[in-house]
Amino acid sequence: MQGVLGIKNSSGESAIVHVAKSEVDTSHGPILYLDDISVSFDGFKALNNLCLTVDAGELRCIIGPNGAGKTTMMDVITGKTKPDSGTVFFGQSIDLSRMNEPQIASVGIGRKFQKPTVFENHTVFENLELAMKYDKRVLQNLFSKRRKLQVKKITETMEIIDLSNQADRLAGLLSHGQKQWLEIGMLLMQEPQLLLLDEPVAGMTDDETEKTANLFKSLAGDRSLVVVEHDMEFVSEIASTVTVLHEGSVLAEGPMEDVHSNERVIEVYLGR
Amino acid sequence: MHYQPKFEPLFSKLGWAGLIAFAFVALVVVPYLYLMAPDGSSLHISSYTVTLIGKIMCYCIVAVAMNLIWGYAGILSLGQGLFFALGGYSFGMYLMRQIGREGQYQSDLPDFMVFLDWKEYPLHWLGTDSFLWAIVLVVLVPGILAFVFGYFAFRSRIKGVYFSIITQALTFAFMLLFFRNETGFGGNNGFTDFKRILGYSITAPSMRAALFALSAFFLLFVLVLSRILIKSKFGRILTAVRDSESRLMFCGYDPIRYKLFIWTLSAVICGIAGALYVPQVGIINPSEMSPANSIEIAVWVAVGGRGTILGPIIGAAAVNGAKSFFTQAFPEYWLFFLGLLFIFVTLCLPFGIVGLMSKLKRKFMKTKTER
Repeated sequence: MQGVLGIKNSSGESAIVHVAKSEVDTSHGPILYLDDISVSFDGFKALNNLCLTVDAGELRCIIGPNGAGKTTMMDVITGKTKPDSGTVFFGQSIDLSRMNEPQIASVGIGRKFQKPTVFENHTVFENLELAMKYDKRVLQNLFSKRRKLQVKKITETMEIIDLSNQADRLAGLLSHGQKQWLEIGMLLMQEPQLLLLDEPVAGMTDDETEKTANLFKSLAGDRSLVVVEHDMEFVSEIASTVTVLHEGSVLAEGPMEDVHSNERVIEVYLGR
Repeated sequence: MHYQPKFEPLFSKLGWAGLIAFAFVALVVVPYLYLMAPDGSSLHISSYTVTLIGKIMCYCIVAVAMNLIWGYAGILSLGQGLFFALGGYSFGMYLMRQIGREGQYQSDLPDFMVFLDWKEYPLHWLGTDSFLWAIVLVVLVPGILAFVFGYFAFRSRIKGVYFSIITQALTFAFMLLFFRNETGFGGNNGFTDFKRILGYSITAPSMRAALFALSAFFLLFVLVLSRILIKSKFGRILTAVRDSESRLMFCGYDPIRYKLFIWTLSAVICGIAGALYVPQVGIINPSEMSPANSIEIAVWVAVGGRGTILGPIIGAAAVNGAKSFFTQAFPEYWLFFLGLLFIFVTLCLPFGIVGLMSKLKRKFMKTKTER
């Protein structure tokens, strides 16, 4: 294995040195509790007494018209927006409303943005490396070396997201769909317990969408996923439970068929 | 079969050769010719030239520090001149103590204190007669100020042009403070008429040569250090702060810590550059803290090419070389020229001189292969 940067020793030392100690406690079932959340911007109520729970291992889809509060909800969970009232719990014991974005990310919540957000001046490999679950403090990164195990893990992820032959390409040069996948790959590298995905298949070809659906289905079970998507075909393919948001609160929740035939949902979102 | 990340050396072979050549010329050839070559000989280097180049090397150090925060972390500080001046003042206090009783009033106190009718040194001059304490101050004063200021600014998520403006305000506030006689730093005259360092005359050729070599050595050190930082994972995180701070936060990194680290490091480097600069030029006064001075530092980096390894050094040397020429030949027009230069570079050369050269090189290679 010559040429691999900085292998300190070839024995299988742990690639993970410092990770959040607090394991998420899902003994009661749910991994995410949103209770009575309200957020308003200049008088506009983006979220209005929103209550939502997501079970561990579940793949939940969130749909709803524009301005229903889908992205604001993700902002609240990830610490970008502080709720005016209400509580957000990750598992039984982790109160997310007291934490900032990096802390929330390191307890195991990963987020993909609506617009694909990758580090455009870094290569695909470096993007995945930066996202990797690993010590994120300053001094540790000043002297860190790439290890064999890490390279292996990144290689595997590149295979999953189909970017193996683009490893040294700058992320800014990738196509829209490839950027979406790279961002999903970065989420995988973080090894989160809960993945929040905001419109993950926007701009993907049918083939790519199909592949993404399979990937998400394979992740569910081990991990929990919350997917916001407008593509109804995609939603009905992956989701067991669908939540419909409208004007900042839950309008309907249940299996896709039930939601699809719900009068109110048809009225405000699906259209007749 | 795993993917193998490419091995990237710290410097190319040419780069290493350049560094070694520079080290040889600056640390051996120039001091030797300056001290040994007889006055009339064509190889003789004058005190003026040695001091001028020494001064420009101090500016180059500041430019490398500026490039660390602006070029790589994307933080446009327009207050680096303050840290440079604070380092200069910290060492200047020691230089004032070394004058001893040779001032105009033949007092133990510096002339400006006698003039103010002060009877003893104020508290913040405590221990400044010690060379070691002066060195500690050179590092600590800019470092602590930068850390505290940066902590509050970055925690409040002040970014972009807002950050640039408050750094301008900071350096301006300090300039006003240092202009006051009560502050105890010589008011608008600052410190001057230095006599000695560690008991050796400050105007002796061997002292000038030593300061020159020290500046060259520190420039090399800072250059290699910044390269090591940028090539490490830390450096990749730093450019990620610049390119997409929110993505980085959601990856679990705390950008505040990274910014604070590089910002404080940059301030300390500027402080040390200031401490090397003051004994060579023989004066430090509050005009070093003027907002325009800090802007000039940003111009050097922009002209050379920000985010490139050699850009800041080329920029600082080119602009200051031009300045030495212009302020002698057409003293009234220097600031106009500087302004035009900045506008020209911003409009036509977004990556500065280095960017232009690599563009020309690519073009040249292309025509070569086409033939």
